[in-house]
Amino acid sequence: MDKPVVVQAALAFPPPGALRRETPERGEPILLVRNLQTHFFQDEGVVRAVDGASFDLYPGRTLGIVGESGCGKSVTARSILRIVERPGRIVQGEILLRRHDGGVLDLVRQNPRSPVMRTIRGGEIGLVFQEPMSSLSAYHTIGNQLIEAIRLHARLSKRAARERAIELLAMVGIPHPAQRVDAYSFQLSGGLRQRVMIALALAGEPRILIADEPTTALDVTTQAQILDLLRRMRDERGLAVILITHDMGVIAEMADDVVVMYLGREVEKGPVDAIFHAPRHPYTRALLRSIPSVLAEPRSKLATLAGSIPHPYARPAGCPFHPRCGDFMPGVCDRAFPDETKLGARHATACFLYGRPA
Amino acid sequence: MSLTLPADEPLVATEAESRIAVATQRQLIWWRFRRHKLAVISAVVVIAFYLVAIFADPLAVSPPWDTNASRGYIPPQAIHWFDNGSFHPYVYGLKGKRDLRTFKLSYAPDPSEKRYLTLFARGYAYSLFGLIPTDIHLLGVADGHPENSLFLLGTDQMGRDLFSRLVLATRTSLTIGLVGVTLSLVLGVLLGGLSGLQGGVADVVIQRVIEILRSIPTIPLWMGLAAAVPTSWSPNQVYFAITLIISLIGWTELARVVRGRFLALREEDFITAAELAGASRMRIIFRHMVPSFLSHIIAAVSLALPAMIISETTLSFLGLGLRPPAISWGVLLQDAQNLETLALAPWLLFAAIPVIVVILAFNFLGDGLRDAADPYG
Amino acid sequence: MLAYLARRLVLAVITVWAITLVTFIIMQLPPGDFVDAYMAQSAAMGSAFSAAEAAAMRHAYGLDQPIWVQYEKWLALVAHGQFGLSFEYGRPVTEVIGDRLWLTVALALLAIVVTWGLALPIGIYSAVRQYSIGDYIFTFLGFIGLAVPNFLLALIVMYIGFRAFGLNVGGLFSADQQLAPWSWTKLADLGRHLPAPVLILALAGTAQLVRIMRANLLDELRRPYVMTARARGLSEHRVILKYPVRAALNPFASTIGYLLPFTVSGSVIISVVLSLDTVGPLLLHSLLSQDMLLASTIILLLGILTVIGTLLSDLLLMWIDPRIRLGQRR
Repeated sequence: MDKPVVVQAALAFPPPGALRRETPERGEPILLVRNLQTHFFQDEGVVRAVDGASFDLYPGRTLGIVGESGCGKSVTARSILRIVERPGRIVQGEILLRRHDGGVLDLVRQNPRSPVMRTIRGGEIGLVFQEPMSSLSAYHTIGNQLIEAIRLHARLSKRAARERAIELLAMVGIPHPAQRVDAYSFQLSGGLRQRVMIALALAGEPRILIADEPTTALDVTTQAQILDLLRRMRDERGLAVILITHDMGVIAEMADDVVVMYLGREVEKGPVDAIFHAPRHPYTRALLRSIPSVLAEPRSKLATLAGSIPHPYARPAGCPFHPRCGDFMPGVCDRAFPDETKLGARHATACFLYGRPA
Repeated sequence: MSLTLPADEPLVATEAESRIAVATQRQLIWWRFRRHKLAVISAVVVIAFYLVAIFADPLAVSPPWDTNASRGYIPPQAIHWFDNGSFHPYVYGLKGKRDLRTFKLSYAPDPSEKRYLTLFARGYAYSLFGLIPTDIHLLGVADGHPENSLFLLGTDQMGRDLFSRLVLATRTSLTIGLVGVTLSLVLGVLLGGLSGLQGGVADVVIQRVIEILRSIPTIPLWMGLAAAVPTSWSPNQVYFAITLIISLIGWTELARVVRGRFLALREEDFITAAELAGASRMRIIFRHMVPSFLSHIIAAVSLALPAMIISETTLSFLGLGLRPPAISWGVLLQDAQNLETLALAPWLLFAAIPVIVVILAFNFLGDGLRDAADPYG
Repeated sequence: MLAYLARRLVLAVITVWAITLVTFIIMQLPPGDFVDAYMAQSAAMGSAFSAAEAAAMRHAYGLDQPIWVQYEKWLALVAHGQFGLSFEYGRPVTEVIGDRLWLTVALALLAIVVTWGLALPIGIYSAVRQYSIGDYIFTFLGFIGLAVPNFLLALIVMYIGFRAFGLNVGGLFSADQQLAPWSWTKLADLGRHLPAPVLILALAGTAQLVRIMRANLLDELRRPYVMTARARGLSEHRVILKYPVRAALNPFASTIGYLLPFTVSGSVIISVVLSLDTVGPLLLHSLLSQDMLLASTIILLLGILTVIGTLLSDLLLMWIDPRIRLGQRR
């Protein structure tokens, strides 16, 4: 359950922004998440998987959500799509989606099984899941699943949908798409499967793509290819991307804006440069320190985060990070959760180091 | 600046967590098992049944083998709990009446005569556990001859008390299950273990044998084998022959479980660690592997037992298993085989109740144990 | 795929061989041989055999030869469809068995169809609505189905049918059709008598299959492909029926390997209780009267038919599972 925070040791870690295009202007946000709280009600107690997440998403930009396993990243993604499974439930917050026609819809207020939500899933928001091995049905061909997704969101004949499916496969870089369309997922390699997953997510022409740990299960070279593909899709189609990962290297390479989560709470958010060059929250700093670097002195020990994530039923009082925090202030940090402190135009953190309680 | 926690700073942990952290494997299983209410109740039921089996003789009321045709097909008696307003249970006595056309003697309740029930009464003589000769029974009537007056569940055609027979049948049917399971277990653990540990040719051969055995309809096979048991054999010989036949086919499921566990365990880190540490093969098997799947075996056994009991009951019911004078649930049910008898004496179906209850109890118990042994399996 | 097919075929042949061996052993088990039995029978009818005559007869039937030679001879006869004479009926075994074999097959197949027809929707319902009242009711009924042995259920149904409705649920035909030649009337009569035994026979299997289907589907429902299908905007019905149910169908279908022998076994028992005109009562009767040739033929035929059924279902399984079809698994 506790993955190491960073595994991408082999990749030289580029300075943020160095390899990237000029960040496009922020237009109108396409998705606003406000104080989202998703809790799981179990016999043993309530797990606050997401406990107050707020962020904005802009077309053509990538929002990275980063944190250790079990910090609520994936549940955030599922909450947006309204596919949180029982006993999970959104208890509070707003998820405001700007639709094709310009209208704004609060997804939290929709019935998850309503036709509106079904057109939004896949049609406006696509999801790429972390396990390409098991995210595809082994009993249906790739084409079968693609054509189904295409025809769900567009009025196309079967023949036209098949053509479209082949185009999509070509677009995500699958060789011999006309043959591969009739293949089963178990006949493809992990990397190709993840490409198929991306094609599936894009089949309904969504404007938002949520990629939940899209590269975790892949080897390092394949990871880079998939990230390239995601970047290309974003730039070609003006997609708004939410990239969920535990890998700071991936964030540095891909994200424009970053949200750092710990135990369902946002602890710091801001533009990628601010997060990497001027991290404020002790947790963000710890995450950054634990990235291996080619510039580091050989044989020096890699910094690790002390301890592990507490059991979800036993969330520490106050700031949930305080038992692992080097700057722990007794009597302060274990009393209440800190409010968000503004550090710049878009940079904010929730830590008592920057805003003592009155 | 270090992020490491000072060593003297205790980590926040709830009481429940620290309890779980120090619990042994056995305690964990017990805690998980306790959560299955139905399984706990079933465990109590199963224990109660085995207590009946152990104390069958003192629990029986009348001599279970003594026939008296004139007492045939007496319906179950009602117990009257209060006599003149005070607690004093009694049943009506029976009066013999001769049918003047057929000249047959038949018994009918006689409301003018009250037979008071007594605890620890004197009845027929037996020896407790085959050692202590006695004639004390838990329940009896005041005059010491319950076989003439006490028929809680009625009598069969030959006038034998069904209640007493049912109590003794419990002993036979439950022990035949136990003996059968033990034999199956020995076969299953040996062959399953060989299959899972050795692998290779042994594994292939044993697996194919299991597949073949499971693809043959068992009941015709059992019937064929059971019919070959010579009629001249004594009840004890028949008992063992039938047990052997049932377990000859019943071992496959247990072997499958054992093999599966061995295969899974071979991959476990702690086994690899023990191997690397230079532990001998025997030590690994008995010190590391067996304890970690003992609970699975227990669960599999408690699921195999009801199958054994059903097999014995079925064979005896068909007249191919245990034969009278042996008494088992199947033998008792054999009396209730046709519609004419059932129409005349429906209480003979009482023998079905313990069969169903004990099979249900074993199933619930087995399910609970399996869940407790492996919450993910 | 060919390897899979070959493996199944070889296994089926070995199984059939094992069944012949077991059958032969069963045939040999009772003390005395065919000639002893024949002599006893003749003696009872008043014509005694001399020892020389008996020896001649043994020689004629090859009974004086080593046991494996006898086995070979018997196997050769059986392979040509010659199962010998029944002592009891004095007619060829095949003639005695007659239609009963096909009625057994019909009963077992119908029971399997009903088992699947009931277990599939109930299993899906119980998994999708896990811990609902309906799930609890079906789970409870399932436990009853598991706990009540076939013959007891048949007894109880028979008793209730008699007590409550004055019906005799036994038999496959009405009295007037029993010996009549096959006709539409007789078939219709059979159709009226079949539902009760088929349902009784199907219950225990249904209970097992519901448990299997429910467990499998619950496993599948937790898999990521269900969530990704949902995330594509499929309706909940479509998501469940197209993906996890499809995946759970495979282990479900493969249970026929055990369901078929189980059902055939059960049909023997309930046929005895309900006096159905299948091979069940005949088998019991022949075993009790030590008519071993008849008994072993019935056991042999039931076994072989079961193996054939299992083989056919394996082929079906191969056809529905792309992983086997495309040779990804053995």
